[in-house]
Order: sequence, then structure tokens, then C-alpha cells
Amino acid sequence: MQASAPNTLYDKIWQAHVVAARGDACALLYIDRHLAHEVSTPQAFEALRLAGRGVRRPEASIGVPDHNVPTGDRSVPPAGAASARQIRLLEENCAEFAIEHIPLSDLRQGIVHIIGPELGLTQPGMTIVCGDSHTSTHGAFGALAFGIGTTEVEHVLATQTLVVRKAKSMRISIDGELPRGVTAKDMALSIISTIGAGGGVGHVIEYAGSAVRALSMEGRMTLSNMSVEAGARAGLIAPDETTFAYLKGRPKAPQGEQWEAAVQYWKGFASDDAARFDAEITLEAAAIQPLVTWGTSPEDAVPITGKVPDPKGISDPRKSRAVERALDYMGLAPDTPITDIYLDQIFIGSCTNSRIEDLRAASKIVKGRHVAKSIKRAMVVPGSGQVKRQAEEEGLDRIFIDAGFEWRQPGCSMCVALNEDKVPPGERCASTSNRNFVGRQGPGSRTHLVSPAMAAAAAIRGHFVDVRNWPNGS
Amino acid sequence: MEKFKTLNAIAVPLPRDNVDTDIIYPGKYLTTIARTGLGEMAFETIRYRADGSPDPNCIFRQPPFDRAEILLTGHNFGCGSSREHAVWAIRDLGFRCIIAKSFGDTFYFNCLTNGLLAITLGEDEVDRLVSSAGDGKILVDLENQRVQGPDGEIYPFEMDGFQRDCLLKGLDAIDLTLQDEDLIAAFEAQQRAEQPWLYASPSRTTDPSQ
Ligand code: SF4
Repeated sequence: MQASAPNTLYDKIWQAHVVAARGDACALLYIDRHLAHEVSTPQAFEALRLAGRGVRRPEASIGVPDHNVPTGDRSVPPAGAASARQIRLLEENCAEFAIEHIPLSDLRQGIVHIIGPELGLTQPGMTIVCGDSHTSTHGAFGALAFGIGTTEVEHVLATQTLVVRKAKSMRISIDGELPRGVTAKDMALSIISTIGAGGGVGHVIEYAGSAVRALSMEGRMTLSNMSVEAGARAGLIAPDETTFAYLKGRPKAPQGEQWEAAVQYWKGFASDDAARFDAEITLEAAAIQPLVTWGTSPEDAVPITGKVPDPKGISDPRKSRAVERALDYMGLAPDTPITDIYLDQIFIGSCTNSRIEDLRAASKIVKGRHVAKSIKRAMVVPGSGQVKRQAEEEGLDRIFIDAGFEWRQPGCSMCVALNEDKVPPGERCASTSNRNFVGRQGPGSRTHLVSPAMAAAAAIRGHFVDVRNWPNGS
Repeated sequence: MEKFKTLNAIAVPLPRDNVDTDIIYPGKYLTTIARTGLGEMAFETIRYRADGSPDPNCIFRQPPFDRAEILLTGHNFGCGSSREHAVWAIRDLGFRCIIAKSFGDTFYFNCLTNGLLAITLGEDEVDRLVSSAGDGKILVDLENQRVQGPDGEIYPFEMDGFQRDCLLKGLDAIDLTLQDEDLIAAFEAQQRAEQPWLYASPSRTTDPSQ
């Protein structure tokens, strides 16, 4: 038998899903799983109805409200009639087309990218789509997972396939050991500040190296989640024992004798040794520091020991103007040390950092201490009902509440400010989310992206501090 | 979908990199369930003043650019969220074509599914078009895959043949795919045989707290 050319993990998932070729670089790909939330799907279901089309395989989709949902008292209707209507429409549309729907009252409700893995729905070698860019999160399991538009959602519902253009491949290898206090979030910010917010455009990134292999599934999801902030279509991490151990026994994972067969199949999803990538990047884990963003793009990240840049020192006039614009919006003076930046708001949550491990890391910093007086609001928003329950079983809720944090119901919350949780205009927030865009956390909001531990430490001190120097214990 | 063959129109320059989908269509308006009428909210922080009134000094509102049907911009345009609202909003403002140094991947696909031609040109080519944008119209010819600047300069561009065809003929991608029903069914049959767990029932689970 002739040996086939060495393939990347991406090539293998791609080849396993081609239904038909389309033009030079595109293919009709089979889509294994589709996740639906309330914001990006109403127009897709409406278009299906107007065209008289059905849903081809309802059991391959699942619906859950997350973006708009209230994170306070769930017995009162969501803020605004428009949000309430979207949440109601998702439920009605799922019912009409026989798609499983997880309502607000359900313990399993949460951010769509948190609950997919939690339910065992996300599995290696799959293609997974959702009308949301952070679908890249699921790549942590070695699934090809990417965000799609509403018209593409309709395409998937109607045909269980999608026309996709084959991307280029990029491997980012991170070897060595992360220093104490440095997390997967810092890895992600470090990558984005190195290659730029557009550095991964047109690529699917595979993360490799001993520092990536050493990450828990939670950490891998954080890393893969932010692939899209580097411009990449998707992120991938080859499945291994850590992946299988995480999935085993989850309700939607293969059960009984099918489990062994599935694991055998999944083991084939790794890049061949001789596989070639269109781009290769390497980083040293030991050199990564806790990072903080100062601007309005995730690439605007500097180490906690650093300073806000000075546009006058940047020779490229366009870049210099962009920095000037960002500093103006952020209300920051050039050369301000990062540790001199004082916060008004603290947000621990979002599909990047609201899993149990994130809450544990933040609670360790917070335990026995209190949020600084100057902080107007500090909140923890668990990623799902199940994360919330587990944290409560571990007593983390008490630690946060005693320290002066709000302990809220699961949802996207202040990451996207579509519900009542907004950063007021001009206020400054340390956020564990993934986007610091203009107005992202509310009109006029100023966002600094950090890890959960860094956000927690900033809450206690009122300004950014280096968690590497945080006293051990409480 | 509306067909796209050629376009001879004014282009408005927005020479910035990383114009994200929150700038194009602010998140706070995502609670809509409509696809039309979204142009009013487009580029809110650029087209309106802080008090909410239209900013007359904004380039989108100044002649001849107020008639622009082409948008000229930098790297990574449309990065960020996958919201198709961003494309619906740009279409609603009257744009038919965007020329950029690069695009956010999902945004690029969303453009094509809405008959909005997204063209990638080189760094210097876009810069030259930006500096001559005030001098006259730009001619976009999809069939021959080229752009002609106001100064007569010609810039060829690349595009996937399938995507180009869909735009030229105004094809509905879903209708096209539905014609391949037998291929999809064959794929499913084979996948079911090889990976039965993907089709195992019951696929539904229940609330563990109940
Ligand atoms: S938490 Fe934020 S980034 Fe994640 S899905 Fe929700 S809105 Fe999107």
C-alpha cells in the first residue's frame, strides 16, 4: 500500500468530512454538531420557514439561551422586550423543528461554549459550528469548530453541511513550563500580541508543545477560545489522555462498548510527524508573563511589569494614530505603568474564563480578603449552572460573597453587555473575557483583558498587581 | 441573492486596521430579529457624535463619499464576532463592495452569502486607491477579476472560482447544496457505519437537578 502524504490534524478532520468538492479551494463539508443561541438564529429559522425548508437532522443541533439572559433574579423577565423575545423565539423555534432546547430554568443552561464540552457533546474529530465566533473553544478537543453567520446557520439546519474554504495551517508550539501565576489566558494574550490580531487570518491554528500538553482541558479551552482573537478561523489541540479522561462518562459522550471504539478512532486525530504547516511559530513558556491589555484590540497586551505605550515613540504614522485613538478612548496617558491603573469594575466570567478551574484560581487569591473600597462593582458569573453548582459545593461562592463579589447566574453577561450587566460609560473594568473592543462591555466602557487570578488580585488591591508576588495562602 | 457583475462607483476610504464587527454594528443592537434597516446603526461611533446626532464631519457623510458604494479599508476588516448583522448593516448603507488588505474570515464568508463582493488587494494597492478615492469612481469587474482606480490603474484580484460563480449568477447556496442530497445521504450512511456513536440514541439528556 502506498503511504499517503503526511497530514496535519486539520487535514485529517477536513478529509473525513468532505461530501463534495466546490471550486478550487472550497468543499461541501458535513457538519456533525450545531449549537444554537438566541441572538444569531431567529433570522435563520425565519428564513427556513419562508423557504418552506425543514431541518435535516434535528438531533445534531442543540439550543440554549446565553447572550441576553438575566444573571440576577431569574424569576423576573430579561431586561428589555427585545431580549425576552429572542429567548422566547429560540425556545419556540427549537420546539417547532424538534431540536433539543435547554431552558433558563435548567441546571445545564449556560454559555453555549461551556456547556457543549460539559455535556460531552464536543468530541475529537468532529466538525462543530455555531453562530458565534468563539466556537473556536471546542477546538481544544481536536474538533474543527468555527463560528458562522446566520445564513450559514440556515444552510446547516437545512442540509447538515456547509460550503467551507480550506484554510492555511499554522502551528504554534509552546514548550517548557509556565511560571507560577501564569495561565493559559496569558499564553493566549502572548500569542496574539506576538502575531497580531490579524496574524492568524486565513489560518487554522494547531497548538502544540509540552506546555500545551500540560494544560488541563479548561486551560486548553481558554487557549483555543482566543484563536479567533488572533484572526484564525479555528484552533486545534490534538486529543490525548487528558481529553479522553475529561469526556468519559459525560451524558452525550459515547457510552458502553462504543466508548472504546470511539477512543480508538479519536487517537488517529494527530498531525503526522512529517506534516508541514504553512506557518510555524514557537514560544517559550518560561518567558510568558501575566499580561494586561491597555488598548482596544486583544493584541494590545503588555506584561504586568510594563507600561502603556507612547504613540510618539512609534514611527509608523498609521500605527501611531491607532495607539493615540486607543489611549484616548481608554483614558490612559502614555507611559503609565500598568500597576498604576485603577479599576472601577471587575468581571470574572465569559466562555474564556468561567469554568471551575478559573473560579478556583480566582478564589485562592480572594480568600480571606476583601474587594478594595474604590471598586464599584465586582462580579463572578459562572459559565453554566453545573459550574455554579460545583463551585457552591466547594464553597467558592462563600469566598467570593464574603470578599464583596456578586455571585450571579450563568450567562455571557458583562462580556457582551446584552443584558443588564454593563460597564458604565468611562468606567474601567478588569475582565477575564476575550474582547476589549470599543463599547464591547457597554457604550464607553474601558476593558482590560486579564486572567482570572489577575482580575481577582486587581479587585482586592483596586489596581493591577503582579500575581506572581501574591502572598501564598490567605 | 442579487447578482454581481460590475460596479462603477465612488469609494469611501476608512484606512484603519482591525475594524471589528462591534465598530461596524454595535453589540447593543443585536437583540433585533430583523435583517433589514440595520444601516442606521452601522459605524455608530464613527457616523454619530457622542450625543447621538449625525456627525456632519464624518467622511461617510461628506460629498462625494456620501454616495459611496465601495468601502476601502485596511487589514483584518470585520474581525471579531461572527454577527451577520455587520454585513446586513453595510449592505443597508448602500455598499456593494469592500476592498481591504485582508478580512476577518467569517465576515468574508458572510459578505459573499449576501451578495456583497469582498476583494483583497495588496498593501500598496489599497493605499494608492485610498489616496485617489476623491478623484472619481472605481470600476469593479468581477467577471475579469479586476479593479480599475480613478487614475486608470488596473489591479487584478484573486477569488475562489466557486464563490465567484455564485456571485455572478446570484445563486442560492442552500438550493445548490440540496441538489446534492444523494451525496449527503451516502456520507451519512458511511459515517453511521464507521462511527455509530455519533448517531446513538437517545441523544437527549435531562436536567440533572430534576
Ligand atoms: S461569553 Fe462572550 S465571547 Fe463567549 S459566547 Fe458569550 S458573548 Fe460570546
